[in-house]
Amino acid sequence: MSIDWLDKLRALLQTLAFCLAFASIQYAVVPDQRYDVDLTYSLCIGICTWALIDFGRHMPTFSTPTSAWPTGVAGVLFPLVGVILGAAMGVMAADHWFGWSSWSRFTISQLPLVIAITSVPGAVATYYFFSRGKAHDLEKQIKEAARQATEARLRLLEAQLEPHMLFNTLANLRTLIALEPSRAQAMLDHLIAYLRATLSASRATSHSLEQEFERVRDYLELMAVRMGPRLQFTLELPEALRPARVPPLLLQPLVENSIQHGLEPKVEGGSIHVSARLNGQRLCLQVRDNGLGLDPQRSPEPGHGFGLSQVRERLSTLHGDSAAVTCETPATGGTLVSLSFPCDVPESGPKPHPGREPSLHTDSEPSSRAQRGDPCI
Amino acid sequence: MRAATALIAEDEPLLAQALQQALAQVWPTLNIVATVGDGAAAVRAALELQPEVLFFDIRMPGMSGLQAAIELAELWPEPASQARKFPALVFVTAYDQYALEAFEAQAVDYLLKPVQTPRLEKTVAKLQSALAAPAGNGGDFDATLAQLRGLLERNALSAPAPQRDTSPLKVLQVSVGNAIHMVQLTEVVYLEAADKYVRVLTAEREYLIRTPLKELLPRLDPDQFWQIHRGTVVQATQIAKVLRDESGKMHLSLRSRAEKLAISRLYAHLFKSL
Repeated sequence: MSIDWLDKLRALLQTLAFCLAFASIQYAVVPDQRYDVDLTYSLCIGICTWALIDFGRHMPTFSTPTSAWPTGVAGVLFPLVGVILGAAMGVMAADHWFGWSSWSRFTISQLPLVIAITSVPGAVATYYFFSRGKAHDLEKQIKEAARQATEARLRLLEAQLEPHMLFNTLANLRTLIALEPSRAQAMLDHLIAYLRATLSASRATSHSLEQEFERVRDYLELMAVRMGPRLQFTLELPEALRPARVPPLLLQPLVENSIQHGLEPKVEGGSIHVSARLNGQRLCLQVRDNGLGLDPQRSPEPGHGFGLSQVRERLSTLHGDSAAVTCETPATGGTLVSLSFPCDVPESGPKPHPGREPSLHTDSEPSSRAQRGDPCI
Repeated sequence: MRAATALIAEDEPLLAQALQQALAQVWPTLNIVATVGDGAAAVRAALELQPEVLFFDIRMPGMSGLQAAIELAELWPEPASQARKFPALVFVTAYDQYALEAFEAQAVDYLLKPVQTPRLEKTVAKLQSALAAPAGNGGDFDATLAQLRGLLERNALSAPAPQRDTSPLKVLQVSVGNAIHMVQLTEVVYLEAADKYVRVLTAEREYLIRTPLKELLPRLDPDQFWQIHRGTVVQATQIAKVLRDESGKMHLSLRSRAEKLAISRLYAHLFKSL
């Protein structure tokens, strides 16, 4: 434990005050002794004792890393020895000051008085400083714990924000501002929405599928600017499914995984397709990419592989066995992640005409999926 | 004065453009001979065009900027031949996780994205003075290699590892059929990474273990086991001699085995007198 000099100064001043008070009491009780004699002895003994104890406890043999006071038996013996030694030293010092020797005047009958005069203030002072030190320690511990909690929160925030993503995106944005201001504005809007979603402290228990797709779109638009021609994406959300209520952050972690592990590391990049479909009463969400695919050797890094397992957990908490999450490699390569769970789609407005459904992409291999036991069928 | 040449390796097209424009402003005479989008292409282009300055983005698909720089250092023709000296290297990164200490030495500079003119001016000034200086005796190249090694180690340390076991290894447990062979580390001549396995070679036998080399490395005593190549670690006492051929490549021959092992430039510093 390092020495806090300011603290020591305060302790010294308190010691001096204590000695002064004691000398005054002594003089009041036994006025035949000169006040300055009382005071000098009091000060000398007090200062010596204090110095011995308050500095001695920092010595490696006595101090411990966590407590400012030696523990256990030493914790009791230490101040005791300190008081005795301090008293002896103090007496010697005061004797020297006055030029006489207390020992010559010492008689055994005075011993009880001497002990009383030494031990009572010694005990009081020791107890006072001890509890003061303890309170100080506790305060420090509390501050340290608070500091650690804040740091942990900051680190979590940092992980959520992904500084690499943020700074790369901002760098791209900066370039766009000069090149294509309107596109830069659109990109900034996506970034604002993305950050808001990332940082929002209160996560609602559910939101509409439309909102989930919007979040995914924000992220993909940002990545599309960064990756340029290396990223193509399509989002397929039938009109009727827009108001469907789903837990938040079902698709976003999957899309992020897809990009970070599948497409971004692939030299020529690729495409990602996010879709939603209704199969009877079950909602089926799929994220499909033609990236590097699943690497069985790669151990999930914190924050990445956990995306999928968190989604799995949340769905199973909400829907138990009727929720299905699969992650597989399609015949054409890449990765396909499917989520399927029961969902009530609220009716909203008139049913759309079949021709007007804004499906951007038609499924090309329904039969092979059925063969593989696709959870969406 | 002949215009200096540079190569940019940056996978995000807008950022590549931004760097080109910033350089055009700060160093108008610089001739950017190529802009590539990944590490492997950067190595190929650099070997072919032999630019004097390289701007490598650290994070790129496939091979990272750091790996590309190391690969290039390995393949760069020996100074003894007519080729130019190794280019000045500047790493570009969006996020300063590679702490500044890694880039303190003069050999390799770095830039933060987005590239801003005042900072770029400083880097350009450094580059210009480095290019104007007379060709050194290879000391610069050694300094660059040393710094690349440092960055590589730092990279390995900062990668998240679920349980990093650093306890010293004494015995390797290798399963062969129904048995487990306990191979004393002192008997191991060298270890070589091969695909998903690591080959463990003793004087008589060869074993295969599934632990990746980068997991074994922290458990080996660096005084006894020297890494001589990205995928090869040799027990120093098993090295008989080190030879250098005409093209400057170094190999070592072993006491107990017949093979010759190639020593990559990055680790050539271990064999000083050559």
